[in-house]
Amino acid sequence: MSEEFKIEIVNPEKSFLSKEDVTEVVVPAFEGEMGILRDHISIISFLKPGIIKILSKSGEENYYVEDGIVEFKNNNLSVLTSSIFNIKDMDKDKISELLKQAEVHSVNSEITDQDKYLVDQKIDVLKTLN
Amino acid sequence: MATLDDLKKRIASVKSTQKITKAMKMVAAAKLRRAQENAEKGRPYSEKMNNIILNLSSGISDKENAPKLLSGTGEEKIHLCIVLTSDRGLCGGFNSNIIKKAKAYFKKIHEAEKTLKIITVGSKGYDQLKRVYKDNIVEKISFKDSKTINYLDAEKVGKLIIENFEEKEFDVCTIFYNKFKNVITQIPQEQQIIPLKTSEVEGNSSDDNYEFEPDEDEILSNLLPKNISTQIFKAMLENSASEQGSRMSAMDSATRNAGEMVDKLTIEYNRSRQAAITKELIEIISGAESL
Repeated sequence: MSEEFKIEIVNPEKSFLSKEDVTEVVVPAFEGEMGILRDHISIISFLKPGIIKILSKSGEENYYVEDGIVEFKNNNLSVLTSSIFNIKDMDKDKISELLKQAEVHSVNSEITDQDKYLVDQKIDVLKTLN
Repeated sequence: MATLDDLKKRIASVKSTQKITKAMKMVAAAKLRRAQENAEKGRPYSEKMNNIILNLSSGISDKENAPKLLSGTGEEKIHLCIVLTSDRGLCGGFNSNIIKKAKAYFKKIHEAEKTLKIITVGSKGYDQLKRVYKDNIVEKISFKDSKTINYLDAEKVGKLIIENFEEKEFDVCTIFYNKFKNVITQIPQEQQIIPLKTSEVEGNSSDDNYEFEPDEDEILSNLLPKNISTQIFKAMLENSASEQGSRMSAMDSATRNAGEMVDKLTIEYNRSRQAAITKELIEIISGAESL
């Protein structure tokens, strides 16, 4: 039996990535990392800042996302996000720039608890990348 | 009758106008292709977003406590209209079509004696509405500085709408924009975004059982604000494609009209030149005869 399923990542401007031969995807869901294999139950969840790992026959790909929604249905995984970057394209400067922004945001006193949690997550992820 | 010199000047001026309209047409055609591509690329996102929301809202158990963005405030007293227009003119009926549609809606609201608030996006809409509806316009936004349509701009508008909604500034929100059908046809649209109309699309996938993480309510209340920005972004993309399409066909017919005018003026010019020559000849001949 085939173990592949389809993934589609879209951002508002365009369809970012579309693949048909994916065997496993790990997404940073709101309540923890979540691995998705073929025939997973239909699910909708949020993303927190983190790394999407896509395993396919052609190898492994990693993407950094800041927010988004995932929907899995009938072996179609859709990821909707407004900010996504291929890790390969991210250099040190870019990462430290994002990190700086996040740190400024995190010390803002008017920030809500939920935002604070997300920003802290972001900082952690960016630090591991750096 | 116009003198020969005047005619010559007219012809030259019409010709240079034609050059401008022709150039504008070319530019619009090039921009149109890009705008069209962008509009098409942006469609999957808003469609997917819509689907997820439909699935969620049909699965929501407690209708009473559903997020206000979905169910509305329960009243319909204050209407907020977002009118999306272009920042530049010379694009045929593009802006006036949206305004016409919006004005018809405004009239209905007035007749029902409800309060009207307007936000204009794009300076042309403001220019056309300020004469009659100056007191109703609460905000005017223009993205003249951003060269391309980007999501951040749409998000700004979306945030503004949500802030206003949370402060109970309005009950119903409708957006007006032009939907791009093809180069010649653009259809002005009115779309209600708050409260969200879910009845328009049949819930064909409502039998699917989803697992939610975290629970439905939380996802929905996070998703709905995003959806508003997405809808506005979609409207902006459609609008920019429509604007270029409209400008292209407007400039095309302007170029053609200028061509016709040049032809007519040239004939008139040649005729009066001929007449002048004939007149001179007659004068010479009759002068010679009298000798």
